[in-house]
Amino acid sequence: MWYAAVAAGSFRRYATYQMATVAGVFTNTVFGFIVAFTYLALWHERPHLGGYDQAQALTFVWTGQALLATAALMGGGLDELQERIRSGDIAVDLYRPADLQLWWLSADLGRAGLQLLGRGVVPMAVGALAFPLALPGDPLTWGCFLLSVLCGVVVSFALRYLVALASFWLLDGSGLALISGLAGMFFSGMLLPLRVFPGGLGEVAQLLPWAAVLQTPADVLVGALRGGALVRGLVFQAAWAVGLLALGRLVQSAATRKVVVHGG
Amino acid sequence: MASGRPGVLRDRAAEVAQGVSAYGLIVRMWVRSSLAYRTSFVMMACGNFAANALDFVAIMLMFSQIDALGGFSLPEVAFLYGTSGIALGLADLLLGSIEGLGRRVRDGTLDTLLLRPAPVFAQIAADRFALRRLGRITQALLVLGWSLPRIEVDWTVGRVLMLPLMAVCGTAIFGAVFTAGAAFQFWAQDAAEVQNSFTYGGNAMLQYPPTVFAKELVRGVTFLVPLAFVNWLPALRLLGRPDPLGLPGWVDFLGPAVAALMCAGAGLAWRWGLRSYRSTGS
Repeated sequence: MWYAAVAAGSFRRYATYQMATVAGVFTNTVFGFIVAFTYLALWHERPHLGGYDQAQALTFVWTGQALLATAALMGGGLDELQERIRSGDIAVDLYRPADLQLWWLSADLGRAGLQLLGRGVVPMAVGALAFPLALPGDPLTWGCFLLSVLCGVVVSFALRYLVALASFWLLDGSGLALISGLAGMFFSGMLLPLRVFPGGLGEVAQLLPWAAVLQTPADVLVGALRGGALVRGLVFQAAWAVGLLALGRLVQSAATRKVVVHGG
Repeated sequence: MASGRPGVLRDRAAEVAQGVSAYGLIVRMWVRSSLAYRTSFVMMACGNFAANALDFVAIMLMFSQIDALGGFSLPEVAFLYGTSGIALGLADLLLGSIEGLGRRVRDGTLDTLLLRPAPVFAQIAADRFALRRLGRITQALLVLGWSLPRIEVDWTVGRVLMLPLMAVCGTAIFGAVFTAGAAFQFWAQDAAEVQNSFTYGGNAMLQYPPTVFAKELVRGVTFLVPLAFVNWLPALRLLGRPDPLGLPGWVDFLGPAVAALMCAGAGLAWRWGLRSYRSTGS
C-alpha cells in the first residue's frame, strides 16, 4: 500500500523532531494546568455547568491539550502543500500516479498519529496524576474515543485541505489560514467547551464541523455520550468528514483544471 | 591611562547607542516592507486583534454563566486581562522576533548576523519586526479602557501613575523572559515552544485572578519566574484585595526592582548563550 507508506514516512519524519516534541509536551502541560484551575473555579461556581461534573470538565481540559497538536486545532500541518501550490511545484505532484487528496490525508494521519503518542499521552498522564479525571475504565469506551479522534482528525484535515487549495486562487493564503485557525480554536471548544456556550450560539456551534474535531471526541471520553447518543456523535463526525472530503475533491478538480489552463 | 573606568563606561554607552540605532534602522525597514502590501498588513493586524478578542469573548461567555470567578467580577478580570495583555503585547512587539533564533541557529543563518557591524541582539530582536502585533496591544487597551470606569478604585495621582509603571515593568519582565528563552535556544535549538509556556502561558494565567490557582503555582510565578509582578501584585493593591500568599505590603511595589533584576539576568544568559554558540557543522 502506497498510502500506508506515506503515512509511515510522515510518522517517522515528525518523530525526528524530538526536541520540538519535548518542548510541545512541556507547553501543553503548563497550559493544561492553567486552564484546569480556571475551570475548577468555574465549575466551583456552577457545578454541572453544561452537563459536566467537575471531573468531566477537567478531563475536557486535558483532552483539549492532548488533541491540540494531533488535530492541528490552530491550523498548520499542510503548510507544505500550500507552499507547493504557491510556488507552482504542485504541477509536479499532479503528474504523479497518486491521488493528491489521499496522499496528503495519509501524510496528515501519520503526523497526527505521532503527535497523539508523542504530545498527547504525557500531558494526559500528568493531568490524571494531578487532578481527579473522569477517564473511562472499560476498553470499549477508549476504543470509541480513538475512533472519534480519528474522525476528528479527518474532519480537521478536510477543512485545512480546503484552506490550502484556496491558494490556487488567492495570491496570499495566510489571511484565510489565520481565519480558519481562529475558527478552529473557538468553535472546536478549545477556548471553552461548546456545551458551556449560552443559548443559540451553543446550539449552532455544536452543529458546525469544528465541533467534530474536539467537542465530540472529548464527550465520548468523559462519558457524556453513551449508547444512542454515542452512535449519533460518531455519525455526526463521519458525515462532516465525508461531506468535507467530497467538497475538497470538487474544489481539487476545479483547481486542477485551472492549472491545465494556466500551463497550456 | 586611557582605559580608566570612565572610558569603559563611555565605550559601553556608545555600544548601546549603536545597538539602539541599528535596531531602529532594521525596524524602519521592516515596517516599510510590511506597509508595501497594505491590504495584507491590515488583514494580519485585524487577525492579531481578533485572535486576542476571541480569548476575551471566552471569558465573557464564562461570565454569562457566573457573577464572579474566584471572587473577582468581570470588570476586575478585564483589568487583569488588559494590564497583562498590554505588557505582553509591547514585549512581543519590541522583541518577540527573537523567537526566530532557534531557526537561525539550526540553518546557520545566525552567522550572517555575527558578521555585521551591529550587536546581534539588536539585529535579531528587530528581525522581521511585525507591526501587526499592534493588534494585540489595541485589543488589550480596549479591554483595559472598558474595565477602568467599572472597577471600584479611589483614583489618586499615585494610583493613576501605577498604570503606566505597570505597563513598563511588565513589558521589561516579559522582555526578559523572551530574551532568556532565546538564550536557551542557543543550546536547545528546536525548543522555541518552551518559552511560549512562560510568555503566552504566563499571560493566560495573569488574565485570571490569583485566587483561582493553587498556592504552589502562585508561589512559582512569584518567586521562581516572577511574572506576578507584571500585574497581579500591583493590581491586587489597586483593587484593595488581599494577596493570597500574604506577603508584606511593600512587596507590591517591587515591580521595577524585579524587572531590572530579570533584565540583568536575561542579559547575562544572552551573553553566555552567544559566547557558547558554535555554528552548524562543527
